[in-house]
Amino acid sequence: MPPGGPTVHKSTSAGGLPPQAIKAIPVRHYGRWISAVLVLGVLSLIGVAFANADVNWNVIPDYLFFDTIVRGAANTLLITVLSMTVGVVLGIVLAVMRLSKNPVTSTVAWLYIYLFRGTPVLVQLFLWYNLALIFPVLNLGFYKDEMTDVMTPFLAALLGLGLNEAAYMAEICRAGIQSVDEGQTEASHALGLTGTQTMRRIVLPQAMRVIVPPTGNEFINMLKTSSLAYAIQYQELLKAATDISSRTLAVMEMLFVASIWYLFLTSIFSIGQYYLERRFARGATRNLPPTPLQKIRANLTRLSHRERVA
Amino acid sequence: MSNMIKTSGHPMVKAEGVHKSFGLVPVLKGIDLEVQPQEVFCLVGPSGSGKSTFLRCINHLEKINAGRLSVDGELVGYRERGDRLYELKDREVAAKRRDIGMVFQRFNLFPHMTALGNVMEAPIQVKGESKSVARERALKLLDRVGLADKAHSYPTQLSGGQQQRVAIARALAMQPKLMLFDEPTSALDPELVGEVLDVMRGLAEDGMTMIVVTHEMGFAREVGDALVFMDDGVVVEAGHPREVLTNPQHERTKAFLSKVL
Ligand SMILES: Nc1ncnc2c1ncn2[C@@H]1O[C@H](COP(=O)(O)OP(=O)(O)O)[C@@H](O)[C@H]1O
Ligand SMILES: [Mg+2]
Repeated sequence: MPPGGPTVHKSTSAGGLPPQAIKAIPVRHYGRWISAVLVLGVLSLIGVAFANADVNWNVIPDYLFFDTIVRGAANTLLITVLSMTVGVVLGIVLAVMRLSKNPVTSTVAWLYIYLFRGTPVLVQLFLWYNLALIFPVLNLGFYKDEMTDVMTPFLAALLGLGLNEAAYMAEICRAGIQSVDEGQTEASHALGLTGTQTMRRIVLPQAMRVIVPPTGNEFINMLKTSSLAYAIQYQELLKAATDISSRTLAVMEMLFVASIWYLFLTSIFSIGQYYLERRFARGATRNLPPTPLQKIRANLTRLSHRERVA
Repeated sequence: MSNMIKTSGHPMVKAEGVHKSFGLVPVLKGIDLEVQPQEVFCLVGPSGSGKSTFLRCINHLEKINAGRLSVDGELVGYRERGDRLYELKDREVAAKRRDIGMVFQRFNLFPHMTALGNVMEAPIQVKGESKSVARERALKLLDRVGLADKAHSYPTQLSGGQQQRVAIARALAMQPKLMLFDEPTSALDPELVGEVLDVMRGLAEDGMTMIVVTHEMGFAREVGDALVFMDDGVVVEAGHPREVLTNPQHERTKAFLSKVL
């Protein structure tokens, strides 16, 4: 309702005429009804198909909180968080390098992004996992060990997923940094802040507003992409599920179990993403958008208010 | 008052044959001028004449190509040893900028910080001041520009005039010896121009050395101690604001003034 609404209302009643509620035939939305019927039809067909399918539904709740499944989910979460940490930190470094005036650092960053974005992540996982084939011994001077002992499935997964992610994060961060107005850098320099201080205190915090939303998507993607680590024996969710199905032959059932966990984890992250975006919108808009909780509370008060009026 | 001080010591800013080009395009074609301590020095001229570029050269946001430019007796951006010039490191350039405050046409406040945060940032980061010291001075400065009650507002919650006054307070927080103003009121609605000019007038009265690029001829006449008319990268005419504004000698000055007055 426009803010002027009630005033107009008052002036008419002041003129002596009681305001008359509008009685009009509402537009009929036939399309909505037809599509609703169609969707219900298709859904029930799918439902019937699954009900008759050879699925042993009972085992799904049994395995949902099975020991190895829960540990697999925890490992999926662990490798996702760690790989994203590597990706974000290295991505920011690469983005700053890419934008630096130094031609050596910017070329190095360009080459890194070119190599790691240009090859499939599954291939990269296999490369790390099989590194012992070309470097049988890892010798860091202060540390020396057999490569097969060092390059565990966990480390190979972390390197494969994290370093690949860094290339994508670098491009996201670069776009974010470039989105910050040049006047900001100029004002910061004019105050005497050094280039590093300007990047850390002025540019990056503002770039975050542009960086955070796609990073949230990357996080959710990583949750799912981490399932590729099953190919190099990392004990994540999909590996845990297939290990069970290879024993029990409940192949589809275990895939459903894994899917339920993936959905749960991605939902949690989506909520986190929402709050993070809100945090970095600070100063960009006059008023922050309400959180879902605030929205619910506002709707509830409005409802009860309406009831009292009625 | 400023006339008395003019005779003592070296000038605050001294430009001798300053040239600057962007690529092959010359923008400053030999600027000569002197700004005395405690002087309000007005720089006027048509758009594109190189006023902003000259200001930016003074705090080394741009590098000059030829000539000499010094602030408070020290070369900008170089160290002179014998008859050789050595470029200053980024860190040294940054250190020199802390003594020169700059106020921009588009304010350039940091949008992710409150007004108070904006004013506290440089003293803490650059001078390593403690939070409490920086905060105390920031609050005093915000009070001085009439914004004590807006300390915790973000820039988007302030009017243009308020933002520009915060920007002035931010520059003053570094206790500069020279303030550069690049068309500080050009982006403001007409009714907000006065509040910013009032703050600048107060600064002038307190003896701050100021270089002001402006189209506010009233301000120049009333507050200015010297005025330079620039066109196409050269100084066309210089003198006391009242003389230049009421009795311009050059055709180009006359043509420009007839448009802005
Ligand atoms: N970074 C830059 N690169 C190329 N040309 C520039 C740059 N900055 C300014 N110029 C040019 O220099 C000239 C003078 O600009 P400026 O100093 O902003 O003039 P004013 O402030 O007097 O309007 C203009 O023609 C402008 O296009
Ligand atoms: Mg300009």
